[in-house]
Amino acid sequence: MEFLTASNIIFVILSVTILFFGVMMVTETKILRSATYLFFVLFGVAGLYLQMNYEFLAAVQLSVYAGGIVVLFIFAILLIKNLGEEKEKNSKQKSIMGAIAAFSGLALCLITIFKYKFVTADFSRATEITSNLNMQQIGNTLMGTEKYQYLLPFEASSILLLACIIGGLVVAQINKEDRK
Amino acid sequence: MSLELENVVKLAHDGLTSSLPGWAAAAIEYVLVGVLLLALYCVLALILIFLERKICARFQCRLGPNRVGPWGSLQLIADMVKILLKEIVKISKSDKLLYYVAIFLAIIGSFCTFGALQFGKGLACIDFNVGIFYILAISSLGVIGILLAGWSSNNKYTLIGAMRSGAQLISYELSAGISILTMVILAGSLNISDIINGQENAWFIFQAPLPALIAFIIYLIAGHAETNRGPFDLPEAESELTAGYHTEYSGIQYGFFYLAEYLNMFIIAGVATTVFLGGWQPFHIHADWASGFNHVMDYIPSYIWFLGKAFSLVLLSLWVRWTFPRLRIDQLLHLEWKILMPISLLNMLVMAVWVLIF
Repeated sequence: MEFLTASNIIFVILSVTILFFGVMMVTETKILRSATYLFFVLFGVAGLYLQMNYEFLAAVQLSVYAGGIVVLFIFAILLIKNLGEEKEKNSKQKSIMGAIAAFSGLALCLITIFKYKFVTADFSRATEITSNLNMQQIGNTLMGTEKYQYLLPFEASSILLLACIIGGLVVAQINKEDRK
Repeated sequence: MSLELENVVKLAHDGLTSSLPGWAAAAIEYVLVGVLLLALYCVLALILIFLERKICARFQCRLGPNRVGPWGSLQLIADMVKILLKEIVKISKSDKLLYYVAIFLAIIGSFCTFGALQFGKGLACIDFNVGIFYILAISSLGVIGILLAGWSSNNKYTLIGAMRSGAQLISYELSAGISILTMVILAGSLNISDIINGQENAWFIFQAPLPALIAFIIYLIAGHAETNRGPFDLPEAESELTAGYHTEYSGIQYGFFYLAEYLNMFIIAGVATTVFLGGWQPFHIHADWASGFNHVMDYIPSYIWFLGKAFSLVLLSLWVRWTFPRLRIDQLLHLEWKILMPISLLNMLVMAVWVLIF
């Protein structure tokens, strides 16, 4: 009965939820339903982070992925014409190529899983690691310029986002002129 | 302090842990806390709806409900029973799954935020080191429910209402978040307990009067807009969209949206209380001559302080709702992106300088 601890049960419930909705997400033919399933997957992953006592990452997961990206997905889908229609069936060639890609991905994952020597998961140890990691440390690491600090990537990603916004505006502007 | 509920909670916890193994005690406590929170959620919703009906009647020179029970206080119970018994209308040619899931998403977002509030001394369900960030993150989930409800009802009014609501919630979340971050700079912590304990001698709104007051006002405006209530109620503008995203819902499904809307109003007031008005901390004057006054204030239990402050802010919100005319969608977005956002960003800078100097 050693396996049947509370944290293991919670872990199994969370992983079954994540896997179930993950499979549902890729097999569903209606795009808006897929987005909803994706939301549940991301929610479950946030639950896993919480189980590891990594509250900051869980909150970021909720805020950025579940609250931000899924909302943007749904928003974008609602703006598309003909939404709710089932997507067209894939051609035979596409299905075969997809199957090959999927199986090679699976093979890669399996090789990695069997070759890697996993440390036994111990959620009580996670507490002592993450309880020492407070918000000040995360903030300093994000905004520092020393070794193992991330100011440059942080700023570079903000430039990338700015470029995306400007690009989006330009694309929207071109469409506007076409309509005139 | 015999009136505090802290000791009752401690007693229950000790009783459970002494007679049961750790996991069983924890499981029972989780369920108990969840049931208690759900009960509080429903009771608060009833109280808020009653208050709204009475107060809005006063604003319009009416009496409000006055037939059932003393001062019409049992009218709400009657309405609750009615809404529970009503038929749930099924819509043909709609996405059934999303139609039924959407209401739960809307109410889960609201309930999870509600659970993160601290109602009094020792009355906190969760206490992360990132508590206030968690509140900001989880409160943004409700918008998914609204968008899905609007789309899956297969009705042009609901879709327009949902799109408006989505645009409104996403944009006002920004200035609400930034004004809370402004206060986090002052508090120096994201932990809700730390934020409340930091206000023991003076509430944050008195600790940094200028930037905190600006942030407070911006948070109230943005938070009010996030609840989709009037002057910002154009997602459900009844004259143009019948009822917006919940047009097609009936019975208890509509009731869920209704509950979430009223509780969101309370949650906004509760978060504003926690961050700006000292949470459950009593009003203290930090001076030698005021020790008697402080002592008297300490006798009022902490949950009364919290509820009192939160309900004063709710009253403010009702006042605004029944006084101002509705905005147009372009005015609404103009207010957020060109007025509130720049002010709150600038205010954050002022707060940072303030913290560095004082």
